[in-house]
Amino acid sequence: MTREQVDTMETGTSTTMTSRTLEKSIGTAYDGVDPVPPREDIREAAMRPVLETGKWWWTAVITLGVVVLAGIVAWVMQLRDGLGSAGYNNQAFWAIYEADLVAFIGVTYGGAVVSAVLRLTKARWRAPLTRIAEATALVTLPIGMMFIVPHLGESPRIWELVWPPYWNLSSPILWDFFAVSTYLLATVVFFYLPLIPDLKITLERLSAGPDNLKTRTYKKLYTIIGGNWTGSIPQRRVLHGALGLISIMIIPMAVSVHSVLSFAFSSSSRAGYLETIFPVLFVVGALYSGVALVIVVAAAFRKGYRLERYITEKHFVRMGFILIALGAAYLYLTFTEYLVDGYSGTIGNASWVYQTILGRYWIPFWFFVVGAGLLPLVILAFRRTRNVKGVATASVIVLLAMWVKRLVIVIPPATEPLVKSPLNVASANWGTFHFTWIPITITLAATAAIPLLLLVVFKFFPILPVADMEEMAAEAEGLEEDLSTLGVMAAAGDNTSDNRKERKHANV
Amino acid sequence: MTGSRRQPVEIATRPPATDAEEPPSCEDAGLSRRHFLERLGAIGVAGALAGTGVLEAASGHKAGAVTTAATTQATGASSKPAHQWCMVIDLRYCNGCKVCTAACQEAHYLHKDQTWIHVFTMTNASGNTYHMPRPCMMCEDPPCVQVCPVKANFRTDEGLVLVNQSRCIGTRICMNACPYQARYFNWGPAKSAPRQPFPQEPEWPVPQVEGTVGKCIFCAAMLPMGKIPECVSNCPMDALYMGDLTTDVAVNASGQVVKLSEFLAANDAVKFKESYGTHPRVYYILGHDQDLENDEGAG
Repeated sequence: MTREQVDTMETGTSTTMTSRTLEKSIGTAYDGVDPVPPREDIREAAMRPVLETGKWWWTAVITLGVVVLAGIVAWVMQLRDGLGSAGYNNQAFWAIYEADLVAFIGVTYGGAVVSAVLRLTKARWRAPLTRIAEATALVTLPIGMMFIVPHLGESPRIWELVWPPYWNLSSPILWDFFAVSTYLLATVVFFYLPLIPDLKITLERLSAGPDNLKTRTYKKLYTIIGGNWTGSIPQRRVLHGALGLISIMIIPMAVSVHSVLSFAFSSSSRAGYLETIFPVLFVVGALYSGVALVIVVAAAFRKGYRLERYITEKHFVRMGFILIALGAAYLYLTFTEYLVDGYSGTIGNASWVYQTILGRYWIPFWFFVVGAGLLPLVILAFRRTRNVKGVATASVIVLLAMWVKRLVIVIPPATEPLVKSPLNVASANWGTFHFTWIPITITLAATAAIPLLLLVVFKFFPILPVADMEEMAAEAEGLEEDLSTLGVMAAAGDNTSDNRKERKHANV
Repeated sequence: MTGSRRQPVEIATRPPATDAEEPPSCEDAGLSRRHFLERLGAIGVAGALAGTGVLEAASGHKAGAVTTAATTQATGASSKPAHQWCMVIDLRYCNGCKVCTAACQEAHYLHKDQTWIHVFTMTNASGNTYHMPRPCMMCEDPPCVQVCPVKANFRTDEGLVLVNQSRCIGTRICMNACPYQARYFNWGPAKSAPRQPFPQEPEWPVPQVEGTVGKCIFCAAMLPMGKIPECVSNCPMDALYMGDLTTDVAVNASGQVVKLSEFLAANDAVKFKESYGTHPRVYYILGHDQDLENDEGAG
């Protein structure tokens, strides 16, 4: 933090601030991203989605709800007519649902990156984005897991996966099941832990407001979920420790989920699936699309709830840089995979690489290359387009292109004939997946379920991590006196001089 | 890809086969085809002595029925499986008429796209076509069994790989794992079937169950009754042979009985995609300028 930057912040909009020093210190805490507005404003903004229910909220919820319902109707139709009605056949036995499974579980990784990785690397600017990222992970993971249901031919027997006598421990699908379940638990915990101090703050805020049925219900909810949080030093130390631990734990968990998911494909002798690069490719792809989703969600809610002061353009630019770094890595891994397989020239590999790049799958493949490879780079390369709109647009394109890439991963090897003459590989009978309205509707419904569930989640919980933002700001300069005035620790009622010592240990 | 990659698998519903006793086991990845056939031949001679009853019984049947009762008596009441089923497909005689497929589909009440024995049309180096029927390979080390999350696939002690359709949840990961494209899914309502002599079971999955995987079963329920599979007994070209590695005999639709080990050795029989380490129990006899795709794996 340079003197120059601090000076520029003094021209900030804040007028309600009592302590000039505090404002400066909070500003520095964000690594110069932007000056942080006073805490009353943060609290107001964080609770805005909870307290405001505009007409647009109902319109959005009802519209999205209708799309989700359409997806459920499509699934019921599929149950009636069989999996064949979704376009599957014996030569295209895996296709859209498997791609959806990978894509939707993939986008949960945004939460892990923004919250866990940036927490561990102590990138303070992340603070306003963490709640949005964690909530996105929280809602997308169950949606992704849901795709197991239409994927199964005999979905009423899904209980067999949780029945230990039937477990075949050599099956990658069972590994998937264990990995994803653990990851779901960790995601819930990771959303919940930073929320605890916020609940106390929001509770206080609600108490100040009017006393009606809504506030009473919320107070009850927050009291139950929030537990006995007082903000005392021992409690804070435990919470800090737990958050640090879960931040470390969730990273290998996330890595394991997509690695194991890739094993379901690569535990076969099928050309195009048997790839040692798959675990890495899947994990990087998941991180890539996950960061893109966090950007899109942040842009949407920022606009919807007028959070421009808290989530600024600089956030988007930084997230954009993370995005293209991951995009470049993903493109590199894909290139490696295709080059090596294409080079080998064995019958299976040569034909699937050829069919993907130049043959029957060239359109989706090159759509991916342009959409997830070149366009984001171009958009972020120019200062002119390196803004909120540009980064958000790039992210939407990335999400779409990465979904298409998952189809390109799943479908070509599944449709490649395994019994064919060595001499007429090109003319061999490739299978075809026929897209029907059923899986498309289910996919759209799952997509609509993401904003729908987020709107609901933010109706109950503050959209900004209030305590985190305030605390981190104060922590940066070690201004304990100011911190104690923030009210985070006020409830503890401890002696301030003791607090200082304790806190210094806790923050090491 | 090596043969030692896969570990012996647990068999869900049957007691595991005794590996030491199992005649044709080729767990040793380094075993060459030549050695394998030599060993098979040596064991086969011993097996043939015990199985002379089968030879006698089978030779008289035009319809190709094998009386297995004699073998059961010959081997005594030991827990050792009486048979190790296999199939021999003589590509020199296959003319691609697909009668085998039709007979199979009729017997098992299958839809047209569920070709448990599929006849592939292949092109040789001279540009001429030949035909290659492909039933389930009944692998000794079946990849499908390993990947199923709910143990719906299993291998019997007589060497048959079967699907329990009342267990299968339809993940289709076995369709991914099978290198021979031998598995078929019931994408819609299964073809209805009249009342069957057996209940719906892995050995006789008739009618099929919607939302589950099905495949060739070597007509498992018929074998103990001394009947050979529908495809073999209906082949007008006598190109298919049903064989038993234990008794070292094989028989075709005309009731011609051959000494399996000698027949395989004399005709340079090969297995399909041997490099995948699955150790199939279907042997192919290739004619002039005929070849099987033996891709060295994908990765």
